[in-house]
Amino acid sequence: MLRIKTDKLNDLYSKINSFSPLYLPIKKANAVNYGLWKEDEVVSLSTLKTVKSPKDLFFPQTEDLMKFRSQGNSIAVTDVRDEKQPFVLMGVRACDFKAIDVLDRVFLADPVDTYYQNRRQAGTVVTLACSRPEESCFCKVFGIDATNPLGDVTTYLTEEYLYWQANTEKGQALTEKIKDLFEEADAKEVEDQKAKTKDIIEKLPFSNLDLSYFENTETNEIFRSPEWQALSEGCLACGTCTFVCPTCQCFDIRDFKTDKGVIRYRCWDSCMYSDFTQMSHGNNRTTQMQRYRQRFMHKLVYYPENNDGVYSCVGCGRCVNKCPQRLNIVKVIKTMGGKK
Amino acid sequence: MLNEPLIPTVCKITDVRRDTPDVKTFRVVTPDGKKPFDHMPGQCAMVSIPGVGESMFSITSSPTNKEFMEFSIKKCGCVTEVIHSLEAGSEITVRGPYGRNFPVEEDLKGKDLIFIAGGIAIAPLRSVINYVRDNRENYGKVDIIYGARSSNDLVDIEEIKNEWRNEKDFNVYLTIDREEDDWEEHVGFVPSYVKEVNLDPNATVILCGPPIMIKFTLQALMELGFKKERVYTTLELRMKCGVGKCGRCNVGAKYVCKDGPVFRLDEMEELTGEY
Repeated sequence: MLRIKTDKLNDLYSKINSFSPLYLPIKKANAVNYGLWKEDEVVSLSTLKTVKSPKDLFFPQTEDLMKFRSQGNSIAVTDVRDEKQPFVLMGVRACDFKAIDVLDRVFLADPVDTYYQNRRQAGTVVTLACSRPEESCFCKVFGIDATNPLGDVTTYLTEEYLYWQANTEKGQALTEKIKDLFEEADAKEVEDQKAKTKDIIEKLPFSNLDLSYFENTETNEIFRSPEWQALSEGCLACGTCTFVCPTCQCFDIRDFKTDKGVIRYRCWDSCMYSDFTQMSHGNNRTTQMQRYRQRFMHKLVYYPENNDGVYSCVGCGRCVNKCPQRLNIVKVIKTMGGKK
Repeated sequence: MLNEPLIPTVCKITDVRRDTPDVKTFRVVTPDGKKPFDHMPGQCAMVSIPGVGESMFSITSSPTNKEFMEFSIKKCGCVTEVIHSLEAGSEITVRGPYGRNFPVEEDLKGKDLIFIAGGIAIAPLRSVINYVRDNRENYGKVDIIYGARSSNDLVDIEEIKNEWRNEKDFNVYLTIDREEDDWEEHVGFVPSYVKEVNLDPNATVILCGPPIMIKFTLQALMELGFKKERVYTTLELRMKCGVGKCGRCNVGAKYVCKDGPVFRLDEMEELTGEY
């Protein structure tokens, strides 16, 4: 295992930035989000939860897909993508890393979404083990080990050091280029930290949520449960949960007219919005209860049905913190499972 | 570029036929005069006008037609309104084919077939019916029950009267909702007409229409003793990507764009019903 003193981290960022763009949690206007590193940015590696997850780096909030030019009756289509340059994404927590796997199962399934694939191939993901999980965390419920995230490189942050362990070829390649900044170290401090963190995780209030109801109940029975009505009662349909969610992947495709032609772009969308399923001849979800139910049925029932039992929730707890009405997936899991 | 699922092919409209006051059929080919791509009956394609939008339509022409592709489109929303304003010579974009087709080479083969359609829903069935006509020896007797609000709303009635009716072992039953002068065929709604014509409950049914018609026709078919495993219908939900990723057409664990639009009745009943 390698390590670098935390007061030398700026040298590390600078070194990585010298050969490839580096994205990591950056503090701006009192909010920490993944951003491009520059010399004077305030990096906050120790922030447990960025406001938005790093999914933007692979599935941007808006992205141009193609351009149309019309001349008389004829139309020309051009792919507007530039070749994606390699980049490094640092500080990704175990939950957010697992979320990338959840997205992969959608975007990399046949037919492959090449916009997403290009970014995945270009990115080297450096994860960061958690040492201070908080009350809204429940990744353990989904079988995620917050103390041992995978990715191309795994890092561990202690008081004095950042420990660095390459896991894949991509991770090795990155390590080769920066290893001069590191020193060799044993894993004792890391192992001690892991053990302490595991103890904290065991004591977190949501760490032992029971998913057996969703595993053992028929889809239509869950769908028809009378609980959905009360659970969804306060929903404002603001869509915040879907935007901060690292696994939400629904999108819209729209056209935008410019004086140089029409840009077709895609952007994040939300199943919580009333026009999400609106068609000219009708709408198959007309109430907020139906839309609310769809979101959780998808995460806890439909997605696992299509993906070998993998849930489309990673327990990051962002929705727990951000929903203005305090509605969240924890409430759904508890209530549906009979433990209000 | 063709391997990029979201990037469409430019196509040229070579013919526009007005079928009813709000339905037109558009014939399209690539700019060099070829059919855009092969498909199977019941499959769909995304048609778009850049700057206006993209919508999913069933492909009306039969796969046996190797020259061009046709879409029968009802004017009912933003995209279709602009499509209706286009004339021969205009270009649009097309991508596809999408979805699961009617099992014409599997379960439908060798069977007696009953086609039931209401209004514009004849569009996807026309693809199957003409496929069956072009491979006549592979299928048994064919009954077609087609209804619309008025005689003016029956789509491409010429082909139905002049060609389908002359086909061997084809029975075509037409109905309209209300009496009209000079209308010599049946008057009444499709679900009740289904009970009046003498249908064989062992035949395989292919049913397509507005939700309310499907609901009551299915009731009628069950009363007549048809088996759920031999009734096929289609679902229509909002779509953006067409390849099971954008999330809009998700119902139960299925995506209508890739797992549908064709569903067998017993499969459809397993879904959550939110369609």
